[in-house]
Amino acid sequence: MKNIRIIPRLDIKGPNVVKPVQTEALRVIGNPKKLAHHYYEAGADELIYLDIVASLYGRNLDFDLLKSVTENIFIPITVGGGIRSIHDINNVLRSGADKIAINTYVVKHPNFISEAVREFGSQCIVLYIEAKKQLDGSYEAYTDGGREKSGLEVIDWIKKAIDLGVGEILLTSVDKDGTRDGYDIELLKKITSFSPIPVIAHGGAGKPESLKKAVMEAKVDALGVSSIFHYNEYSIKDSKDYLQKNNINVRII
Amino acid sequence: MSHDLKIAIVDYGVGNLYSLIRAFNFFGVEAVITEDAKILEKADGIILPGVGSFEAGMRGLEIRGLTETIRNLAKDDKPVLGICLGAQIMLTEGHEFGIFKGLDIIKGKVVHFPILVDNEKVPHIGWNTISPRKGDSWSDTILDPFDKNDQVYFVHSYILEPESKENILALTTYGNHTFCSAVKKGNIYGCQFHPEKSGTVGLKLIENFINLIKNIS
Repeated sequence: MKNIRIIPRLDIKGPNVVKPVQTEALRVIGNPKKLAHHYYEAGADELIYLDIVASLYGRNLDFDLLKSVTENIFIPITVGGGIRSIHDINNVLRSGADKIAINTYVVKHPNFISEAVREFGSQCIVLYIEAKKQLDGSYEAYTDGGREKSGLEVIDWIKKAIDLGVGEILLTSVDKDGTRDGYDIELLKKITSFSPIPVIAHGGAGKPESLKKAVMEAKVDALGVSSIFHYNEYSIKDSKDYLQKNNINVRII
Repeated sequence: MSHDLKIAIVDYGVGNLYSLIRAFNFFGVEAVITEDAKILEKADGIILPGVGSFEAGMRGLEIRGLTETIRNLAKDDKPVLGICLGAQIMLTEGHEFGIFKGLDIIKGKVVHFPILVDNEKVPHIGWNTISPRKGDSWSDTILDPFDKNDQVYFVHSYILEPESKENILALTTYGNHTFCSAVKKGNIYGCQFHPEKSGTVGLKLIENFINLIKNIS
């Protein structure tokens, strides 16, 4: 079995890493440069870096801050927030990113996915989804950090994005985000059952058992983690040791 | 060493080249991104980076008139490190959306992953181990002193198939399929994985490549 990737996620607002709880109440965690380097040295397999207000404010993410964060970090970094053009993607890549996460803009302009894929290749373009469960049991994709409804049903939207050429899916459960209550296994299962491309789960990572459950039951390819690492409840090593003991392959450094 | 080393990273329109520059800077070595044949000829070592399709990669080189330049540098055995697509286009031909001619520095072809067991997904994205061919050793190569537990970062759908076993430097297994993850011919190296994204293990390879150049220059 392949290695499951453990990917700390940094939510950025202004100069800080913050942690939203169900995308609302934000708490400041710390300095992005320090935290990213700490996770790199601690054995993170990749990093996710999302400016969570760029789209909302209709501006670009802070390229200088991103440059300072990616310096001397030699693992893949996925970056998102306010990306609206090929020019924006170029700027993000020039600031040290390897992959681009897009959500808000492509909800309104889905063909931008294929445009970006033609230019940079599938492996560079990650579809970022903020999923919220609806009263009828379906899931709707949200934008702008879980604030705005898109009108798109999550599964249909993912299928369409795969057809347009997206290379990976980063799925955040808005309902679970910041709760440390476990990933949304039901939703993840629905996606991994058909997705030919890798799925990164995010939202709800808690005890190491919850990581195991997402791999064993929901068959995800990678685990996005924020709260439990930010608050030092478990380290990357704790998580990997636990997964390894449970016969899940991980990269140990 | 009589002068400061110069590494030239070939810019042919594909990929994120900035992390490569930083990897060389990490060891205090200057690296420039260039599409200028003269700068490539003067450089002590060449990096052929790249992500994307085989055809787009070769077209990118041809548009810039660099195909012959790179072939000639390879003939002179100047140290070249091809990474990912940059390694693939060093082979004779690529079978991706048709059949396209490569640089033919190393005989062989580039093909899609076969169907894999356990429904492993393609592209192969993530960390994996590398090992030498049975009976082979990595001493005096840029993979010395790699260990069988060392992992490197991959992201690819197509694989290297060199004709001669002599050119296979490393093997990797994914979804029960073992493929060539690095090639070598003299001072010409190609790796399917990304050393610039493979943490301290990848940096070691970069450092080894720098030392290889130092020993020649």
